[in-house]
This record gives sequence, structure tokens and C-alpha cells, in this order.
Amino acid sequence: MQPTDIRKPDYFHKVVDCQWACPAHTPVPEYIRLIAAGRYSDAYLVNWQSNVFPGILGRTCDRPCEPACRRGRVEEKNAATPEPVAICRLKRVAADNKTQAAVRAGMPKAAQKKNGKRIACIGAGPASLTVARDLAPLGYSVTVFDADPKAGGFMRTQVPRFRLPEEVIDEEVGYILDLGVEFIGGKRIESMQAVLADGWDAVFVGTGAPRGRDLVLPGRQEAAKHIHIGIDWLSSVSFGHINQVGRRVIVLGGGNTAMDCCRSAKRLGGEDVKVIVRSGYEEMKASPWEKEDAVHEGIPILNFMVPVSFEHTNGQLTGMFFEKVSAEFDAKGKRRLVPTGEPHVFVECDDVLIAVGQENAFPWIEPAAGIEFDQWGMPVVDQVTHQSTVKNVFFGGDAAFGPKNIIWAVAHGHEAAVSIDKFLSGENIADRPSPLTNLISQKMGIHEWSYDNDITADARNKVPWAAAEKTLKSIKVEVELGFDPSTGFKEAQRCLNCDVQTVFTTEACIECDACVDICPMDCITFTANGEEADLRQRLHAPALRTDQDLYVSTDLKTGRVMVKDEDVCLHCGLCAERCPTGAWDMQKFLLQMTHAGPQCRDGGKDQHRKAA
Amino acid sequence: MTYLAKPKLHHPTLPTNTLGYTRRDYEGKISTLCAGCGHDSISAAIIQACWEMDIEPHRVAKLSGIGCSSKTPDYFLGNSHGFNTVHGRMPSVLTGANLANRDLLYLGVSGDGDSASIGLGQFAHVMRRGVNMVYILENNGVYGLTKGQFSATADQGSKSKRGVVNSDAPVDTVSLALIMGASFVARGFSGDKKQLVPLIKAAIAHQGAAFIDVISPCVAFNNHAGSTKSYDYVRAHNEAVNRIDFITTRDPITVDYPEGEVVTVTQHDGTVLRLKKVNADYDATDKIGAMNFIQQHQAQGEVVTGLLYVNESSADMHTHLNTVDTPLNQLNATQLCPGSQALARVNAALR
Repeated sequence: MQPTDIRKPDYFHKVVDCQWACPAHTPVPEYIRLIAAGRYSDAYLVNWQSNVFPGILGRTCDRPCEPACRRGRVEEKNAATPEPVAICRLKRVAADNKTQAAVRAGMPKAAQKKNGKRIACIGAGPASLTVARDLAPLGYSVTVFDADPKAGGFMRTQVPRFRLPEEVIDEEVGYILDLGVEFIGGKRIESMQAVLADGWDAVFVGTGAPRGRDLVLPGRQEAAKHIHIGIDWLSSVSFGHINQVGRRVIVLGGGNTAMDCCRSAKRLGGEDVKVIVRSGYEEMKASPWEKEDAVHEGIPILNFMVPVSFEHTNGQLTGMFFEKVSAEFDAKGKRRLVPTGEPHVFVECDDVLIAVGQENAFPWIEPAAGIEFDQWGMPVVDQVTHQSTVKNVFFGGDAAFGPKNIIWAVAHGHEAAVSIDKFLSGENIADRPSPLTNLISQKMGIHEWSYDNDITADARNKVPWAAAEKTLKSIKVEVELGFDPSTGFKEAQRCLNCDVQTVFTTEACIECDACVDICPMDCITFTANGEEADLRQRLHAPALRTDQDLYVSTDLKTGRVMVKDEDVCLHCGLCAERCPTGAWDMQKFLLQMTHAGPQCRDGGKDQHRKAA
Repeated sequence: MTYLAKPKLHHPTLPTNTLGYTRRDYEGKISTLCAGCGHDSISAAIIQACWEMDIEPHRVAKLSGIGCSSKTPDYFLGNSHGFNTVHGRMPSVLTGANLANRDLLYLGVSGDGDSASIGLGQFAHVMRRGVNMVYILENNGVYGLTKGQFSATADQGSKSKRGVVNSDAPVDTVSLALIMGASFVARGFSGDKKQLVPLIKAAIAHQGAAFIDVISPCVAFNNHAGSTKSYDYVRAHNEAVNRIDFITTRDPITVDYPEGEVVTVTQHDGTVLRLKKVNADYDATDKIGAMNFIQQHQAQGEVVTGLLYVNESSADMHTHLNTVDTPLNQLNATQLCPGSQALARVNAALR
């Protein structure tokens, strides 16, 4: 194998699995250390910089970081149930314990002088608000439009209050609007042509995927009064238009919206609430923890049942018929749901909530506006720049590439903001800024590092819940209470500090084997070089996860190379402590995405580096 | 030195041996030796060898004297018996323990000061007696604990870290062990576990006095230019006579070497040592030839390593003395004290 080039920003970035997996590339271990140090406001700001909504995401994020977390792999065969660090809930610890004054002091201020460029953001969800946050402090005049009276979009209208209190949304949306962003609520944009005619320098579309998919089955029309589209129903609940539901409720669908629907129904008078899904329980789209939360509240999830018809007497819904199916897999492993032949099952109910998916809808973008759409009705948008076929119109969030989640919307917002900033500076937007990276030794003494390298054996801490009799009575009582500071500290200590990298210097190595002997995870091998596939088999412990890189040195004195499998490294630094010559060092790798501003523009990078 | 305990977490694929133990189960406390010390590599090699041989940790006694090397039994086989003896007196304590309980595996760990200076007499006699043991001498040529004075194994003409030239002739422990009658003599290098681990395994299986001199560079005081016990010097002058495959009675023979390149030695217990010749002229069963070879090559500044001598028909101290097969702690009172009639018979026989 070729020697690893650790100067490439991606190499060490990939080692920080959580940060690599996060669409917004939040420096996770960095803020977790700050939480452990009790510096909650600083931890909040590290988050805010990257993901804009730490308090909201700390409750609702889809957490792509957690399945990626190295701790989960490290605990394999070491703990009864291997679990990642509770990254998401630690984020909430930062949000819950920060001081508002300190946080505000660390945020950019509204621009004193405007630069004369006007930007319209359509829809006030996370994508648009991110664009506004990134661009307003730079002097752009940003106006955000939304059909709802308050900003927040999906976060406000569809995530139930028992998961996300309104104060948290108000606070974090407020931080953005206070940067001199103009918000026009209660105004639905009905025509893209009219917007374009208004002469905005750039337009950002962050309108989400606002249409809930319907289920057209016999009886749907006749019993319509008691059949609701999940996301519409959730927003009606959120606005207080709906405050009760029938005693027996069926929720159709297996995604996170279905979970929000069933748990909301349980709080609005639904005594007998069931979730019924076509697929198997395991294949449901909802996040595992959201399924668990529903089950925990006593909501049964019935699987392998395909809806057949809505039954009613004179328009009064009485129940639904379902066909029982089982999963069969063909040679390619593709799943097919095959009827079992059993008689259809009748399930009685008073209300049905349909949560079987969301769709994009752009009825307000006229063909004459010139924005190209593909055969599925989605706008043609560049994956990287987010630019549409009309040069000054950009798309982000669910509106760009279909339904995802908040953290993706934020990531899109940052990228679109970079594009808009470069575009309005007359630059090539395809030329993207590289991230800022920094590598600093953490050595403070022979056995002293500026991070805590003692690895705890603690299992993942459980987030405490409010008493069920209290939470099930009101839709506004938050279920999860968040970690208290001491549990937050304990959980933070489970983080392996994967951003503190093992950096190897060939020239200093005397091949004494001290690092090989001490490494608790058998990560390090000194051996003859070879092809990657061969090398992976020959290591001290086989390196079977090919998505985890091998760190290969240049040739050593004996002609061998040092090979380190990054997979389950604890970042405990014992290799560096045992190294007599300092050939191993623990160096903190900090990667920050380059957001909109002078640093993203041509020639701005050197300036950026100097400042860092 | 490390102050953190090594985390208990291990690699998910870490295998277990037939006893159900992982290699990590054979570890001891965290080492307090200097970072990069060769002794730590030897500890790791002992751990590896014991794990591979499915040795029950509670059937091992680790004995040592005084010095950096003699601290190491604390850093491996944490569940075995240990005895840290007086300086240079490990061999006599080991001999006594072996007499009392012949069923344990005796691991004597010593250094060049402990064995070649203060304990030279004990060293000679334990070899003479053919005590069934593995005697590992962690040889770095300096007194590390007292800041790097030459030890008795330092080569004449080698330089100390401060530039002083050693004028005394070295004690060659390998030749001494051969002369004194050790039936298994080897030399290894802490920086080459591929060679060292099989040597330790073969020594464990050997019935009789097995001696391994392991060159173990002292990174703090003896790893500079002019030293003959540094990583660089040993790597440059390593004259390995053979590579050994250690095969237990149940292992299948998997590697086939061409005829003439391999010598097979079957030990008492049926284990097989296959010596892959690196030097075609070397015969590890020829004691006098071995002594000549070692002397010749050492005179040229080379460090001869490998399995230097093995006596296939070795016998240990218990055989020589015709002692009882059962360890003393398993004999009951009537066996240990057969009564006055038996005593009278013994006395009568001596009259």
C-alpha cells in the first residue's frame, strides 16, 4: 500500500466517525469535551456554528452520528449491549445548561452596513433559516417568507410538543431572526414568477415536502371525516385546531411521522391506539428509539398487514380490513410481501391517521418561471451547489432532494449559502471552499495530555422520562427530561475522543514494539508491506471493516511498515505514552466546514488560515 | 512509564485458547519500566507463548531476583504464583520450589546483573542440577536501575552512553549455560517476537534446564552508537542459526520445508521442534560444535541467536535424585511420615 497522506483533510476526518457521518460535520468530540468540562455555553456555540439548532436537534435529530460512533464497535464483545455515546442527548445537555448571555456574546451581530443585495428565502424551516443565519451577518438583506405565522417550519408544526417544547423553537429561531433577518409570516408565496419579478438577487426555496401521501382505498371518500393525513393532522394539533381524537385510533405507516401521530393520539383521548404497518417491525422506517418510545407508551405495532378498505356505516367510520402478508426474498435479496391466504382481518376504529409518506409539491412554481423539473416532479438541482436551472434560484432541505430530516436541511442551507455568497460575488460556485483543518499535539507531560485519555467502562446512560401518568395526560408535557449535569458528565466520558489522532513519524521509530505490546485493541502491526486486501488479513488483529482505513507508514529501517487499523482504536494514547522516541503523538484534529463569508470566496482561504 | 491502567476493552475478534482464555487474560499489571524497554516486549512474548500453549495460569510459578528484569513478573501472568527473591538468589528458591512441587511450570526471570554478577554462582549450579524450568535472562548489558553502569555481560570495547569504553571481558551466559550442563540453550532478541515466542514455547515444553538469553535493549542507557546491545546493533549483527517451529502433540504439521533444510527434534513429552536451518552448517544437537560456532561468531562481533543447543534425551533433577512422582503437598501424613519402623529399616540399611 502507498503510505497514508495524513495531510489530506478527509483522512483524519473519516476517523472521527461521528463528525464524518453528520451531514453538517459538527465537531462532536470537541463539544463533548466542553460539556465534560462544564463549559456548556462554549459547547453550545460549537454546535450552533455547525448545526444551527442544538436545542432542537438535541431532542429530535435523526442522529446519523450515533450508528457511526466508534464506541458502539468498541463495545462489541466487550459489553452486554454495545451502545454508541448518546451524542444527541449530550447536545441537549449543552443547550439546557448554557447561559443565554454567554451564547449571544459568541454569536455574530446583525450587520451594521448592508451590502445592498436582497435574498428571498421561501419557507421558514431549518434550511431557509440556516441560509439566513449564514448570510445576514455578512450584510445581505435576507427576507424569509412562510405561510404560517411563526418561523420554524416542520420543526414547529409537525414535531409534537411533548418531544420539542415551543420555547426551544422560539429561542433558537429567535437567535437567527435577531441577526437582522426580516421574517414575513402568514404569507403564502403563490407564484415563483411573481417572486422572480420582484428583482431579488437570489432566491432560496426551502419549502420542505409539504404534502402527505394519501391512501386511496374503498371507503376513503365516504368516511373522509374520520380519516386524516398524518402531517396535516399533526400541524392542526400543533396549532390547537384539533384537540381530541376518537377512542380507538389506527395509525397507518411505519415512519417517524407515524410514531408522532400515535403518541399524539394517545394524548388526545385515544385509549386504544394501534400502529399498523405493511412491512415487518424491523424494516420500519422509523428510528429505533422512536419505535421504542411508542411501544414504551403502550402502543402496539402490528406488522405484515396491508390495508384493504375503510369500513363505515353511513359515513361513520367503523374499522378497516387488512390483508395478512409475509415477507419473501428473491435471489437478489429483494423483499416481496406475499399474501398468506388467511382471511382478512377487521380492526375496529373511530379514527385513522395516514402516515405513509410525504411528497414534494410545487404548485406555485409555474412552468414559465423557467425552473426545470425532472420526471418525478422534482426540481433539477445541483447536488453540491444547490443551484437550479435558473441561476439565481437555489433549493435546499426536503424541497431539493425529497424528504430527509432537520440536520440534512441545515447542511443544505450552509452549502446553498456558500453558493449564494460566491454567486453574488461573481465567482464560480462550483469551486467549493475546502474545510479548515488544524492538527495540534495534546502532549503536556510524560503522562499528561490535554484530554482525558482514561477510558471508562460505563454503559450508555438512560435519559430519564417524566412520569407516564403525567405525560400521557397532556400533549404539551415533555416526555424526556434530558440528562442532569452529572449524568451528562458521565455520558460525556464515554466519548473516545476520536478527534485526538494517533500521528506516526517514521523517522523517529526504533521498532521496539512497545506500542504493539501496549495497544489494548491490537490496532498496530509492524510487517512487510503488501496489497491492502492481503495486509488486512496479516495484521495483529484482522482488519475486517473495509470502510475503516489503514494508516500505513513509509518504509522503516528494517524495511517493514507500520500499519494501524483505525477501526477500534480507543484513542487512549497508550502507544504514545509507551513510545520512547515520540514517534507516536496524540494530536487533536479539528475540522470546521467553511461557511459563507470572505473565507469561502476566492483568495479568502489564505486569510482564513492566517486568522486561525 | 504509564500511570493509566491498560483498558480492559479488547478487539472484538480477540480469540480464546482451548481453556477459554484470551491473550489479555494472561496479562499482569501495567508496566512501570521506561517506555520502549525491551523487557516489556519479552513480557508480551511470554504472555503470547503461555496463551498459545493453553497453560493454566494457576499452574505457573514466576520467580525473579532484583533489577529491572526482575520487576517484570508483575507485568505478565497476573493470575500466577510469584516470588520476588533476594538479589541473585532466584535459582535456589526456584530449585527448592521445584523440589517441593514438581507439577508447576517454573519461570525464572532474571537480568544480567542478577545472573552474571551477584548471582553467577547460583546461575551455574541451577544449570548443573538440571532443574526443570524456563530461565529467561533479560540481558541489556547495563545496570538500568542505577543509571547505566556496565554490567558483567557488556562486551569489551563497547561504549557507555557517556562515552566510557568497557575494559572488562564479558560473561557469556550462553556459553556458560552450555558448559554447566543446561539441556536447552537459546538466544533471542526482544525486538523479534517471531523468533522469541516459539523459543519460549519450546523451552516450556522442554524437560530440564532450559535457558534463554534475550538481548533486550535498554532505551534509557544502552541504545546509542557504540553499544553492542542496542536495537540497531543487534539488528545489524544478528546471526540467526535457525528458525523454529514449535509443534505440540496435537498440532498438525502444516509447513513443508525442502529436505535437508529442516531438522526435527522430538522432545520427551512428544512435542516436536522443527528447526528450519538458516545456517546450513549449524547442528543444534551438537554441543561442542555449538560452543565452537558461538565463540567463533562472537569473536567477529556477531550476535548468535536461535535455538543453539537442545539435548533430546535430557533428564531433570527429579530423575537424577529419584524423587517421588507426587508433589509433596499432595502426599498425606502417613506417606510423609511412614513411622518409626520405616525409619529403623532405613537406618539398618545404612549400617
